[in-house]
Amino acid sequence: MISKNLPVLIVTVPLMTAFLVVILGLLKRKLCYPIAFLATLASFIFSAMLLEKVILHGTIHYYQGGWLPPWGIEYVVDHLNAAMLVLVSFVSLMSLWYSGPSAEKEIPKSKIPYFYSLYLLQITGLLGIVVTGDMFNLYVFLEITSLSGYALIAMGEKHAPMAAFNYVIMGTIGACFYLLSVGYLYIVTGSLNMADLARLLPHLYGSKVVLTAFVFFIVGISLKMALFPLHIWLPDAYTLAPSSVSTLVAPTMTKVGAYVLFRIIFSVFGPHFSLEVMPIAHNILGWLAAGAVLFGSIMALAQRDFKRMLTYILVAEVGYIVIGVAIANRMALTGAILHIINDAFMMSCLFLVAGAIVYKTGTRDIYQFRFLHKKMPLTMAVLIVGALSVIGVPPMCGFFSKWYLILGALAAHKWVFIAVILTSTLFNVAVFFRVIENAYLEPREPAYAHDGGQPEIVKFDEAPIGMLIPMFLVAIGIILIGVFSGHIIASIIKFAIPANI
Amino acid sequence: MMDFIVSHYNYWIYIVLMMIGFYGMMGKRNLVKKLIGMNIFQTAIILYYVSIGCKKGATVPIIPEEAHGVIHHINPFNYINPLPHVLMLTAIVVGIATTGVALALIILIHRQYGTLEENEILEIRKND
Repeated sequence: MISKNLPVLIVTVPLMTAFLVVILGLLKRKLCYPIAFLATLASFIFSAMLLEKVILHGTIHYYQGGWLPPWGIEYVVDHLNAAMLVLVSFVSLMSLWYSGPSAEKEIPKSKIPYFYSLYLLQITGLLGIVVTGDMFNLYVFLEITSLSGYALIAMGEKHAPMAAFNYVIMGTIGACFYLLSVGYLYIVTGSLNMADLARLLPHLYGSKVVLTAFVFFIVGISLKMALFPLHIWLPDAYTLAPSSVSTLVAPTMTKVGAYVLFRIIFSVFGPHFSLEVMPIAHNILGWLAAGAVLFGSIMALAQRDFKRMLTYILVAEVGYIVIGVAIANRMALTGAILHIINDAFMMSCLFLVAGAIVYKTGTRDIYQFRFLHKKMPLTMAVLIVGALSVIGVPPMCGFFSKWYLILGALAAHKWVFIAVILTSTLFNVAVFFRVIENAYLEPREPAYAHDGGQPEIVKFDEAPIGMLIPMFLVAIGIILIGVFSGHIIASIIKFAIPANI
Repeated sequence: MMDFIVSHYNYWIYIVLMMIGFYGMMGKRNLVKKLIGMNIFQTAIILYYVSIGCKKGATVPIIPEEAHGVIHHINPFNYINPLPHVLMLTAIVVGIATTGVALALIILIHRQYGTLEENEILEIRKND
């Protein structure tokens, strides 16, 4: 019974728990966290079971209420979906685990039930976007994710409501453009099911309506995934959000956006459409992505605020993924999908570290990170794993996706993209060494010179264990994905790339 | 040309409305005006969806059951397409939720800065 209904259970369990949490929170506030945790854990276990099933038996189709497509809503789980489901539910689980101690400090006590309810709705939306095989259903989940995201971000620091309001405006434009694109496709095909659309669209490639739908889709989803220059809402929103929220939305929301971009371009419109009917789309995407990589890296270097620096790195990482999609040969697409997985782990790791530092020291200023290696040695170790991975040092996962992206660019003779990726790697080195230098090396001017020459005694004062375990799990994940990237490519990513590329 | 514009008037109306909304969101400095722009933007898309389901001379898609429960020949041209309308029920709900969240945010912002003009808020943030 459970194994038959796995695809829908992944979404239903957190959705129903979101309502349950509010009701139980009125009775006993302490129950909210464990229940939310259990629901996410269930989602993660179901996703892992699905992934195993997909690897063994191939694509799974699930018909909501027994209505056959194209009339009913269909959930489709293939290799790409299943991997994304495991990824999103794992990162969500880690953030939720971490939010226990973190939210206690940042969120007012009376709002805790609503906080967890929104948190679960956000997870529901993210998983729903990934699992659905229906265009309109995807829109609904996109809006569930965004709406809960707006509210969660607004719970943050002093200027967070303003950042959230900007996000509302930009996010709504993005969602509306996506909705328009669905409408245009509906006019010419009369269908909303992705597989059905993929069957009907090849006969209509010449149609101007399909072209318009494609353009609306690209702009809409670029807004949602914060592709340069449509990223303006992202740095403010993710910097000012509570740390337990930014650890959830920063790694997942942009990656899920990238997944939607990949899914719609290659599974709905088909690679033939964007590559041969509209090659200019790939050119424009490629140049924007290259801009994103350079802009993100340079802006990251200009920040003093650790979390804001990470948000700009996130903008650059989105650029990497889109570069892979824009080159669109087998190597580059492998790199793009691998980078979606890797980057979710890297960003999760770094935002978790940022949250832990804020939790203990109350500052995000890099220049006040002095002696942190003595105070929080474990957190700093995790930071180094994440930083090395973003830079792209071999045993960590970040290296392998960059490697495939560069191989793809070489095969396609796109020299500019190679130059961009390498330049941004250099910038990343500078960005992270500045942080590591401040945290690890003794300041040249002794900080204790003014107060009688007594050396400042820095005591070991680590983040609580509930924050350390998720950080370590993610850091171990980074190394394991790096070591086993060959396995991941051979058993999952190989099947996720359309066969005729 | 004139014929082309007139025969597609529903699309023109939606485009004009959408652009008005877009201008409101981008060009206005007051946050409430931005929100109103957003609402117009969403309503334009709802209007567009509703208009594409319509057919000239068609009626509501309720098929009368004839004697002995037998349904006779049905001509789809006599009935409008209800699906876009149903989709818009969801979009309306989403629109209301978005407006609600945005209004709540506006209250928070007003409490914090004492103003809803974007340039004044930016000024306050810069001095902070």
